[in-house]
Amino acid sequence: MYAQMVKSEATNEDPAKLAAFQARIDAGEKIEPKEWMPEGYRKTLIRQIGQHAHSEIVGQLPEGNWITRAPTLERKAILLAKVQDEAGHGLYLYCAAETLGVSRDELTEALLSGKMKYSSIFNYPTLNWADIGAVGWLVDGAAIMNQVPLQRTSFGPYSRAMIRICKEESFHQRQGYDIMMKMAKGTPEQKAMAQDALNRFWYPSLMMFGPSDKDSVHSAQSMAWKIKINTNDELRQKFVDQTVPQAEYLGLTIPDPDLRWNEEKGGYDFSEPDWSEFFEVIKGNGPCNAERMEARQKAWDDGAWFREGLMAHARKRSAAKVAAE
Amino acid sequence: MSSEWPLWEIFIRGQHGLNHRHVGSLHAPDAEMAVKHARDVYTRRNEGVSIWVVPSAAITASSPSDKGPLFEPSNSKVYRHPTFFDIPEDVGKM
Ligand SMILES: [Fe+2]
Ligand SMILES: [Fe+2]
Repeated sequence: MYAQMVKSEATNEDPAKLAAFQARIDAGEKIEPKEWMPEGYRKTLIRQIGQHAHSEIVGQLPEGNWITRAPTLERKAILLAKVQDEAGHGLYLYCAAETLGVSRDELTEALLSGKMKYSSIFNYPTLNWADIGAVGWLVDGAAIMNQVPLQRTSFGPYSRAMIRICKEESFHQRQGYDIMMKMAKGTPEQKAMAQDALNRFWYPSLMMFGPSDKDSVHSAQSMAWKIKINTNDELRQKFVDQTVPQAEYLGLTIPDPDLRWNEEKGGYDFSEPDWSEFFEVIKGNGPCNAERMEARQKAWDDGAWFREGLMAHARKRSAAKVAAE
Repeated sequence: MSSEWPLWEIFIRGQHGLNHRHVGSLHAPDAEMAVKHARDVYTRRNEGVSIWVVPSAAITASSPSDKGPLFEPSNSKVYRHPTFFDIPEDVGKM
């Protein structure tokens, strides 16, 4: 998902305290920043929320790529608003992570040094306008699948950030689907573009949920702590079941010859993505990893004078105010 | 010296007549910029008619371990609620 394969941290603390903490979570209480929490809970959350925040920020790049080339002024304004929302999502999440005792600069530096990751999906290119439709429809659609249950996560600031984000997210998916509808009903060439975008984004979207984790100890711990609510397979299945009829409505074909309805389980059987490709992308060898990191690094470096300048100005003004009093 | 912008807590009045409510936090170099950022981060969909910004460092919070001594005393004072008193129906609305 936006946070893929987050390793949970081992915890060795007072068993009585741990049991009391677990009891609070089981009772549905929210954990707030200043309250006692196991070190493992804190560290796992920093990793997960940080990765989620980085994904929102890096996720602006593939779409930002098309703002200047949107086909109409209205599409341009809509895409601009969507990308601005993603910046907001990143900021809500960074602030939630910061309540756990990590600074914004530390998080940014961890992203830039490659110590922290962002979602694999944003390492794929957006080659044409149909891709912007596919991203909104599939990528935001997959993100919603994951984010809706996370509104119930045990950590208060994370839960509140997810609630804000979910309110804004369905606009994102709808604007993407709206683009797809237009393209699918357009000329044969436009419909072919829509099909091509679906072909390229289908498996990377399935990868967003991460490899199967039904046997993972990390996931079991995270689920006990309610910082993960569903297994990756559960969410992937839900996503496929929801998306197939949407593709049918568009008259597009999911690029999976083995996709078929399974009456018994009440869901679709479908092909797994190529997990070796996923691991390559995670390692940094995806089509756009280098480009994305370069863009983030450049923004950080080019913004340094601005961040420092405004801070110097603020210090000068507050000094002048003190002197005048 | 670190150039990391300080943290501000953001309070928004959603509608006329309501209290300002804490909505989250953000980084900004000074109060004026914090208001501008708060507008962009927290009111993109008409969520507010007024913004307060407060330096996070200026907030004093009660400690979680004081929860008992601070809030338990009011648990036993049920007579503070009107439902504690049985008023006969004959008396009418009260
Ligand atoms: Fe988002
Ligand atoms: Fe989104």
